[in-house]
Amino acid sequence: MIRYILRRIVYAIPIAFGVSVVCFSLVYIAPGDPLQTVMPPDATAETIAIVKHAYGFDRPLPMQFLIWLGRVVTGDFGVSIATRRPVFLEVSEALANTALLAMFAVPLAFFTGYVMGAVAGSFAGRWIDRVVTGAAVVGVSLPNYWLGIVLVIVFAVEYMVLPATGMGPSGSTAFNLAQWSNVQFLVLPVITLAMIPIGILARTTRAAVAEVRNQDFVQTLRAKGLSEWAVTRHVLKNAMPQVMAVMGLQFGYLLGGSILVETVFTWPGSGFLLSKAIINRDVPVLQGTILVLSLVFVTTNLVVDLLQSLIDPRIRRA
Amino acid sequence: MTDYSSVIPAKAGIRGDEVPAAALDPRFRGNGGVIKTRSEPFLEEQAAPATKVRGYWESVFHRLRRDPVTLVFAVIVLLIVLAAICAPLIAPFDPYKESIVGRLKPLGWRGHPLGTDELGRDMLSRLIYGGRVSLLMGIVPVLIASLIGGMLGIAGGFIGGRTNTAVMRTMDVFYAFPSVLLAVAIAGAMGGGMANGMLALSLVFIPPMCRVAETATTQIRALDFIEAARASGARTTTIIRYHVLGNVLGPVFIYASSLVSVSILLASGLSFLGLGVRPPVPDWGLMLSTLRQSIYVVPFVCALPGLAIFITSICCNLVSDGLRAAMDVRM
Repeated sequence: MIRYILRRIVYAIPIAFGVSVVCFSLVYIAPGDPLQTVMPPDATAETIAIVKHAYGFDRPLPMQFLIWLGRVVTGDFGVSIATRRPVFLEVSEALANTALLAMFAVPLAFFTGYVMGAVAGSFAGRWIDRVVTGAAVVGVSLPNYWLGIVLVIVFAVEYMVLPATGMGPSGSTAFNLAQWSNVQFLVLPVITLAMIPIGILARTTRAAVAEVRNQDFVQTLRAKGLSEWAVTRHVLKNAMPQVMAVMGLQFGYLLGGSILVETVFTWPGSGFLLSKAIINRDVPVLQGTILVLSLVFVTTNLVVDLLQSLIDPRIRRA
Repeated sequence: MTDYSSVIPAKAGIRGDEVPAAALDPRFRGNGGVIKTRSEPFLEEQAAPATKVRGYWESVFHRLRRDPVTLVFAVIVLLIVLAAICAPLIAPFDPYKESIVGRLKPLGWRGHPLGTDELGRDMLSRLIYGGRVSLLMGIVPVLIASLIGGMLGIAGGFIGGRTNTAVMRTMDVFYAFPSVLLAVAIAGAMGGGMANGMLALSLVFIPPMCRVAETATTQIRALDFIEAARASGARTTTIIRYHVLGNVLGPVFIYASSLVSVSILLASGLSFLGLGVRPPVPDWGLMLSTLRQSIYVVPFVCALPGLAIFITSICCNLVSDGLRAAMDVRM
């Protein structure tokens, strides 16, 4: 088991390295000189050369990459062009806000999606299966940014029971989970965020459960005289690894993919930071946010792989 | 079946009927060997196999015909595509024509069935025209990704060994990004625009497409008939063209069809963030984004572009599900 864990961790290192290469090159696929955004338009060729040298832009690309990587590893992501604050600070603050959303959206999505899928899979072909499958297709096909807008129209514009955007009433500094005046800002973003994962999870769980139920061992369990409830427990346990793989992916999406939802609700999380960085053409922030989010994603996948191997010993031997 | 057909009339001859010369002549066997003679009932009874065997595509179409849900949604998708193509013919107004007095009007205002937007342009016309960009951005990246990802996957899976490892590990790096994030990162760094958006989405879809093609190819490659083809002297290109492609295209096609809906959602998302087409070009995502400011004035009109995205996306999803069931492809 320990050997398996070590092997998985060693596998993750080249991936993380590749991810940082991609993030590094983001600056270079941007049109124009990366310096153009920071330099005044009337700068002389001489000044440009000096600044280029100071930033290390005159060195060969692999060298630049290593220097950049060295800084990133020590937590130095550069400075935001828009706010002049360190990117690391901006990203970590935003990530904390996103984590707050995920803290509620993840349990909601995983529980609802899993239960829906498990019920549908256990009654495959019956009316409840059709209902769940239909609902799941709706969840998968919903543009969540649109759902957010519709929810705002219904609950903030028409009925005025929940706030439309933001995180806490204006003037408040810290987010207090014990106060409804703060918590009410969470409701709509969390529901919006959870909708797609619910659909995806319900579909995956349904497929996995329905497949396991068709395997021979289920017949054996019934022949042995196990109660239907005990059989269902065995089926759910066997369907779990597949479901967990998808849960891991969805967890990553909830952290990283919430950019559209956070933009709709102007929730000051990592996604909103990213969309601001795009509007301001703030490449250091863009690069830093994407690097951090994708490293979180890589770590999540690693943890899910390890958890899966804990549940299902067959994976370890493969 | 054709081999026995010449025997059966001979048998019939034993019963005392005259055997026509044509029945024994191989040149006349095109009709499945069934030759009209006086002993026709007997002949057909013998010549027809116990159950009619359908070809693969025949059975796929048979299953599709019995699946009204898929058919209905396929028709809707077709109508949406047709509406986008024939936009100039069916749009009641010019989608760029602005009107200062007619801004943000509700449904049915002065002949505008779906109201007007923040610059007084007709919503219905803009929605119809918007489908052009949105559908294009939904389909083109999937096509590009199927082509490139499919080729990479087949090449990697067929060659195997180090080449395959190299290809798949490179793909793993792109897998490490959540798809929305990767699309936003690439499109954002390149500065938006329709071409950049399509490029970004293609890059997002290549890795999973490559994995689908690679898995299918690796499975096929291990089967005996590939060995047999090689033993009988078939060249690698021939094996790939006839044996590998024939078996890999199914999964690739089904996966591509399921990606169309994802692509439409992501493309509209990019436009929503300002990374797609530039205004004033009508596009569902962009329209949703600009109308967001006006939800307090005409809430229902503001939700319409998103409804268009949703309907297109769910129809594509259901058609893809139906196709997968009909083609019996397991992913």
